[in-house]
Amino acid sequence: MGPPDEGGHFGSFGGRFVPEALMPACLELDAAFRDAWGDPDFVAHYHRTLREFGGRPTPVTYLGRLSQRLGLSVYAKREDLAHTGSHKINNVVGQALLTARMGKTRIIAETGAGQHGVATATAAARLGLACTVYMGEVDTVRQALNVFRMELLGATVVPVTSGSRTLKDAVNEAMREWVTCVGDTHYCIGSVMGPHPFPWMVREFQSVIGVEAADQLHEFGVETPDFVVACVGGGSNAAGVFAGFADTTAQLIGVEAAGGSAVGRGMPGVLHGMRSLLLQDDHGQIEEAYSISAGLDYPGIGPEHAYLADLGRATYVAVGDDVVIEALQLLSELEGIIPALETAHAVAWLLRAAGDEVPTGSTVLLNLSGRGDKDVAQVRSILRGES
Amino acid sequence: MTTLDARLRDVRTRRKALVPYFIGGLTADWTTYVSAAILAGADVIEVGVPFSDPMMDGPVIQAGALRALANDVTLESICHDVSVASFEVPVVVMTYYNVLHHFGLARSAELLAASGVAGVIVPDLAIEELTPWREVATAADVATVLMVAPSSPIDRVRRIGALTQGFVYAAARMAVTGRAADVGDAERVVTSIRTVCDTPTYVGIGITTPDQASDAAAFGDGVIVGSALVQQILDGASAQDIEGSISTFREALDRTAPEA
Repeated sequence: MGPPDEGGHFGSFGGRFVPEALMPACLELDAAFRDAWGDPDFVAHYHRTLREFGGRPTPVTYLGRLSQRLGLSVYAKREDLAHTGSHKINNVVGQALLTARMGKTRIIAETGAGQHGVATATAAARLGLACTVYMGEVDTVRQALNVFRMELLGATVVPVTSGSRTLKDAVNEAMREWVTCVGDTHYCIGSVMGPHPFPWMVREFQSVIGVEAADQLHEFGVETPDFVVACVGGGSNAAGVFAGFADTTAQLIGVEAAGGSAVGRGMPGVLHGMRSLLLQDDHGQIEEAYSISAGLDYPGIGPEHAYLADLGRATYVAVGDDVVIEALQLLSELEGIIPALETAHAVAWLLRAAGDEVPTGSTVLLNLSGRGDKDVAQVRSILRGES
Repeated sequence: MTTLDARLRDVRTRRKALVPYFIGGLTADWTTYVSAAILAGADVIEVGVPFSDPMMDGPVIQAGALRALANDVTLESICHDVSVASFEVPVVVMTYYNVLHHFGLARSAELLAASGVAGVIVPDLAIEELTPWREVATAADVATVLMVAPSSPIDRVRRIGALTQGFVYAAARMAVTGRAADVGDAERVVTSIRTVCDTPTYVGIGITTPDQASDAAAFGDGVIVGSALVQQILDGASAQDIEGSISTFREALDRTAPEA
């Protein structure tokens, strides 16, 4: 997983498809990120912040009872233990430090499940940046507690009432807002999506997951896992963990929600500043994604994933809502880990694939991207048959 | 040079250009609004082809686009309507890149040309990604109108000035489409464009009243009026009402003498 070309292309995907008003900011950000990421002081500051504030390194846990059940050796990279409860902190710490380095004083973000919004509000508070988060109105209801968390952290949450009122519309609204305030405001995109340099920059900030995990697996005596499995909405946790194994023989598996399967059902298109695989109708109108988990409710996928799928370097599969709750329950009961609903998609695929696509005896690294605290109320009502 | 270039240079010798924006298919009889606008003195018609995720549009045009999409409007249906109506002033389609990308770039350019569309504005198609579209569009004699923003540094203004066809869209402010109280940074943007090219330069984004149009025309070659008109139509205005509105803009522009 090398850098994209100068224009931000991964093969035929990626690029920069934004209004002229935003192009200077994209170019400025590209230059600022290249400069910062090549500066040992910035990189050290980033890692130090993640260590002292973000809870890194997160451990790798051998999932003994699940392994026994499935006839596999399953290891989990515990991003659920990172500060704010998911891998999102890695990216926002990087972008918030970069915001300050660029001399900007305010940060805006979109959020679906609320994890990226909470993480952004957290990093903004830490660095003394003003913060506004755009969240689809539907998601503000599904994830009301996360709205309150962001407010506790001093952020302003703006419910987005346009379009389908979910993640994709929150991105549109954040982009529109960014046009009006680009001089002093950084748009902290939460996944490996958007115009260049975002997909590349976010992957770089998330690659700490895969780099750490590779070293930690060595301590378990695992040279290279046979499979690396992660859930994929936009694809930032997957990109981060894949980055540690792209040059190995490990099979990389991205698990999409069946109702948001951009690789499975999407076509090449242009949205949110990038060319990628997108769910769209016969006329190029973007379709709404449907998923039990707000974080996977995105009709596209990061352009590098579209490229990895094209190359055959990574494989993208999908699981339906029905098996996700079971997977969440099983991991909770067997391992004492309540995963986020997003993460439970990766678990669900592993349950299905064990002994089949994943042969008995295989070694698997599962990226446990987030914890399920935010989802327990929703899961409870589903299990009680209330929704 | 495209046909649109020649026609708009001709307009410039006569008067300030008035460019109203209409959403294709907003109502079943949308082309009658266009005809009324032409009767009242529009020089170019901008026709929006709706997209589900209009990144450069504010609430008014978003609402209009959603309504049109609910009427099953498509690129093909709007092109068909334009073709049947056969307006006597140039039509410039405003849409987002995915609509063209999905239909096929060459196929889109051929459809637009065959329907009598003279140019397009694609706000999310930055000059960095422009080449594949511009080549097929130019081959079909469909002009690609580019936007200069208040944030565009002079080297980008120069590149945009060299690549734009028909006119330059001077964004009056750092904002998406909508209504505003003044013409913002328009004079500075137009002045920077003037230093790099001689292409007619029209001011848009936020032009709401005839007085603002007149202000913008004091330095620009024309104005684009979008959300103000779309809001009227969303509120139930008739074609006759729109004719009246366009007339007041026309009078305001005609008070501004063309540059010598």
